[in-house]
Amino acid sequence: MLLIQDIHAETDGKKILKGVNLEIKAGEVHAIMGPNGSGKSTLALVLAGREEYEVTQGRITFFGKNLLELSPEDRAHEGMFLAFQYPVEIPGVSTTQFIKTAVNENRKYHGEAPLDAVAFLKLMKEKMRLVDMDQSLLTRSMNEGFSGGEKKRNEIFQMAMLEPSLAILDETDSGLDIDALRIVAKGVNTLRNENRAILLITHYQRLLEYIVPDFVHVLYNGQIVRSGTKDLALELEEKGYDFIREESESSVSATQPENISKT
Amino acid sequence: MIDLSYIQKRFDQLQASHPNDELASLRTEAFNRFTRLGIPGLRHEEWKYTNVSNLFNNEYQQALSASALSGIDQSFLDSIRLPGSTDADELFFVNGRFISSLSSIRSSNDELIVISLPEALKSDFAAIVKQHLGHSNRYLEDGIHALNTSFINDGVFIYVHPHLKQPGDLNRPLYFYHISDVRDNHILSQPRNLIFAAGGSRIQITETFATIGTMDNLSNQVLEVVVNKDAYVEYYKIQNTVNANQISTTHFHQTGKSYVHALSLTLNGGTIRNNTNLILDGEGCDSHLYGLYLINGRTHVDNHTLVDNRQPNCYSKELYKGIMDEYATGVFNGKIKVERLAQKTNAYQSNKNILLSDHASINTKPQLEIFADDVKCSHGCTVGTLDENAMFYLQARGIPQQNAKALLLKAFAMDILVQIKPDRLRNYVEQLISDRLLINE
Ligand SMILES: Nc1ncnc2c1ncn2[C@@H]1O[C@H](COP(=O)(O)OP(=O)(O)OP(=O)(O)O)[C@@H](O)[C@H]1O
Ligand SMILES: [Mg+2]
Repeated sequence: MLLIQDIHAETDGKKILKGVNLEIKAGEVHAIMGPNGSGKSTLALVLAGREEYEVTQGRITFFGKNLLELSPEDRAHEGMFLAFQYPVEIPGVSTTQFIKTAVNENRKYHGEAPLDAVAFLKLMKEKMRLVDMDQSLLTRSMNEGFSGGEKKRNEIFQMAMLEPSLAILDETDSGLDIDALRIVAKGVNTLRNENRAILLITHYQRLLEYIVPDFVHVLYNGQIVRSGTKDLALELEEKGYDFIREESESSVSATQPENISKT
Repeated sequence: MIDLSYIQKRFDQLQASHPNDELASLRTEAFNRFTRLGIPGLRHEEWKYTNVSNLFNNEYQQALSASALSGIDQSFLDSIRLPGSTDADELFFVNGRFISSLSSIRSSNDELIVISLPEALKSDFAAIVKQHLGHSNRYLEDGIHALNTSFINDGVFIYVHPHLKQPGDLNRPLYFYHISDVRDNHILSQPRNLIFAAGGSRIQITETFATIGTMDNLSNQVLEVVVNKDAYVEYYKIQNTVNANQISTTHFHQTGKSYVHALSLTLNGGTIRNNTNLILDGEGCDSHLYGLYLINGRTHVDNHTLVDNRQPNCYSKELYKGIMDEYATGVFNGKIKVERLAQKTNAYQSNKNILLSDHASINTKPQLEIFADDVKCSHGCTVGTLDENAMFYLQARGIPQQNAKALLLKAFAMDILVQIKPDRLRNYVEQLISDRLLINE
């Protein structure tokens, strides 16, 4: 589904991604962990098409298409969804209006007629129940004055409405209470099937107990320096990133992440 | 130096044809002022950013009487009619002249009276007209305003009776249509009207403008509104005519505790100058001024507002928002004056702008003149660009760039649009804006 090959990206002359390789197949759940500032969000934003980050090297294909040539909206239309680490507040645009526009633009791209008011309302009610979202948020301006947890829940709600093929969740678990975390996990697990894939960016093993990943990767200093199974997350939780740092520094010449992650 | 001798000729003609009319001396006095002051240039403090002198490089025709006008067909009139026109009071002006044959007063005489200024001066209303016509002259001391006064002629006087119906509902809306017929000549239109909202009356006024033909047109239009104790006035101005050059003055004189809610909307035009004055001459006035300018091409819009607090305990709120694209230029100049007597004034002003192109610009300036000590005044202005984070967020959800932009701009305009209180007028305006921003809903 998604193939990332040797991606280098920078902004303002600052190199952030320094050769990322990753393949995600349909049906898989991948988790990316890594210390603050290692480039996780940058990778997610590069995938979603944020122009601020210039890709200077490498290739990305998504369902066989050259992803880097697609506009952000077309990436969404092709099935990519990013739950933002910092969802944006949009004064004057209600949550309902935002989501209705998004849903119908996606339908339009696929040659489907827009949902009428009744069908849309029905769909919205169903998905709101799934993520247990408060009705009153719908008429308010998008994310404006929402609590941290409400913003995150709103991201999952949008994901449920848009039913993407690849959902990238950038720290959607941060700042959530235990109940909210379960709800987010439920939202993701409901979406999960053999045609879809999920990329979780997280700092905490806890989320991975609810959404069990097939692969865990460590992004460090702009590269994936280690990959493994869910046990890797447990190991990180126990030891912190220090051992990764040591390893990565003692193998400066071994820039191919594959070499490092082999155990 | 611009040759304005043709204006002198027209003035002499007008005076000669109406020698004994009650308005003659007002015109003479104003014309002397015009001759002395001339057309304001960029060195005039109040006209620094708006060049009107180059609009006078043309020699314009002026219609001195309504009878000379004809030949505007019904389909054109229907195309410019505002929503709900069939139960509104509709006043049509062509090239500045009131055309009674096109107009429809559907209100009864005990609700609202419309008569020409010369007639009013011969009627029971003479004292009112004498007292209030030209009140704005004290506030707009420039040649442009004097030029309008010099040609006061057959404008209308409207007397709004105290409200008879259930409290809460309004009289019929009052629509002004100002048409410039520039099919054959360059035209200078100078409508001048006076509305007197009697104590306890309620009225909702909309002025809109249209052009037919392709020659140049300049409209120098003035509306004075007297708002008496406990009267309620809503006022909307809609400017949406490509290439129309306009100086449009709306002067509210609140003579007692009363309510004014005024909004101007500019979507198209050539060079536009709006003067909106609120003279708060009664204790406890409540006044709201809103404006939205959404312009592109080379359109220039200058909104000059004045809130003159003359009595204690008045509240005024002012919010103007602008979106400028391409080579469009905007000016906002908001003057708040608090006179010595006007203790406990509460005046709030805000101007917010978005520039969509490197060539667009805005000059925004608050001007506070405060002579009382116990007052609350606040003002603020912002100039920004489209929020890129918000744009990306919308696009990442599959909303194409152009639509995302339109959605954000409409959201920016929304807190002005919601101030258009009549639903059908607001829907009409929202549609104009959606069309402009290419939103297909
Ligand atoms: N627009 C930008 N301008 C300058 N530097 C940037 C920009 N965006 C990211 N960076 C820098 O790039 C590095 C990686 O940032 P990124 O947000 O991808 O980290 P992260 O791994 O998501 O961190 P966290 O775990 O804290 O969310 C950081 O040092 C950050 O300061
Ligand atoms: Mg991050």
